[in-house]
Amino acid sequence: MSQNTKIQLTNRSKVVSNKEMTLVEKFYLPAIFKGMLITLSHFFKKEVTIQYPEQKRPMADIYRGLHVLKRDDEGRERCTACGLCALSCPAEAITMVAAERKDDELNLYREEKYASIYEINMLRCIFCGNCETACPKEAIFLTDRLVSSETNRASFVYGKELLLEPKNAPLDVSKRQTAEVLSFKRDKTKAHNK
Amino acid sequence: MDIHFLTYKLILATAILLISLVIAMYSTLVERKVAGFFQDRLGPNRAGIFGLLQPVADGLKLFMKEEFMPATADKFLYILGPCLTMLVALLSSAVIPWGGTLEIDGHSYALQMADINIGVLYTFAVVSIGVYGIMIGGWASNNKYALMGAVRAASQMISYELAMSMAIVTIVMTTGSLSLSDIVAQQHGFNWNIWTQPIGFFVFTICVFAECNRTPFDLPECETELIGGYHTEYSSMKLGFYLFSEYINMFIASAMISTLYFGGYNFPFQDALGLSHNLITILGTLVFFAKIMFFIFLFMWVRWTLPRFRYDQLMRFGWKILLPWSMLNLILTGFFHLLFK
Repeated sequence: MSQNTKIQLTNRSKVVSNKEMTLVEKFYLPAIFKGMLITLSHFFKKEVTIQYPEQKRPMADIYRGLHVLKRDDEGRERCTACGLCALSCPAEAITMVAAERKDDELNLYREEKYASIYEINMLRCIFCGNCETACPKEAIFLTDRLVSSETNRASFVYGKELLLEPKNAPLDVSKRQTAEVLSFKRDKTKAHNK
Repeated sequence: MDIHFLTYKLILATAILLISLVIAMYSTLVERKVAGFFQDRLGPNRAGIFGLLQPVADGLKLFMKEEFMPATADKFLYILGPCLTMLVALLSSAVIPWGGTLEIDGHSYALQMADINIGVLYTFAVVSIGVYGIMIGGWASNNKYALMGAVRAASQMISYELAMSMAIVTIVMTTGSLSLSDIVAQQHGFNWNIWTQPIGFFVFTICVFAECNRTPFDLPECETELIGGYHTEYSSMKLGFYLFSEYINMFIASAMISTLYFGGYNFPFQDALGLSHNLITILGTLVFFAKIMFFIFLFMWVRWTLPRFRYDQLMRFGWKILLPWSMLNLILTGFFHLLFK
């Protein structure tokens, strides 16, 4: 490409001209038939529609969708209400209230401190995944699930009952939590751990 | 008037009314389906199998909607508008020959409501009244957009009626009759008018598109500039009447195109099949409806291909291109008619 030629994204652009139309062009009908043939060819093409509730678009392995609060192997909540996720959240979507674990709650919470209230406002959340990166306890993850639509704003504030993974059906987050991610998170030489 | 005649006319009238309504009803679904397919989509498919219950759902929805009337509207005219449009849309089906004759018990029953000897003139008259429904509706709404749409509709319909009349006059010249059943009967077999009147056919079809307010001539209701045109202020079933009458008009227009240029209920080799008279009639009616279906599809095909005309382009096209062409066609036809008759 020489210095003078304009750089173009594609070479499909055409220079518009207002030249006189020929006699055939003035009839418009040939052009109209050509257009109708083009639309007719689309009539027989395969539809691109995905029939949503029955048929779903395949999600990427590391899709950042609805959050999950993980439990550990014994079914205890991992979250210790340290507040790092709320601090790292650029949209300020996360709020929590910390509480102290009682003696009879040893099988419910992994550490002495836990979040009695943990809320994410899904209307504020931008699904950046910073909460997941910030979490030192591997307690919060983004999953390939979608936030369902609601008819009022209050329903978009998800509490623990919606965020916490069910005890009997743990969610698989191994796709997001690979060995590289884990080693990076725990690397003491990196700035985020100093 | 014997009871035989009355019952036969009653049954025929009911059948024609029902068929026009059902076809118009399902045209709305077909329109959306066809639009979907043209745009690589599926179209409505949730209400019933293939979306077959969609028109019912749409109708129900329209009935449930709030019956709104602007405070400054002319109450009487406001209601008259959609009623007139619907009435006129249904009126023209009376003279269309839907088939040949059925012979039962020695009686001969023609599949045509009224075989009046000025059928062509009647259709013209009715089509011209059609503009009043839109005009009255647009005027009574007391809304500038509605009025603009109505004015556009009126001027468009009057402009295109000229070229359309010229095209039909040419047909009347060659057939020598104003009766639609005569015009169809003369196209027996494969002697369709389209072979002798190709220019007339194009002019007539284009004008019919304009008369039905279909794209590319849907200026009266162009939603991008006039919100909704003449039916801006209408809601509920009054709006439904306007929208519905458009589809009935489309059905009748397709029937007219088939009648005038594509032999109506005639089909090639109808004598060579060696079938009984009644069977040929029934087959002919089916063929007629197949032709109508094709033209309804053509209406939709064009709608989803061409963009809307600009208003000055519309007027120039009507007056400076279509009218001269239809006149030329008239003169040429007259010339050849004299020469070879």
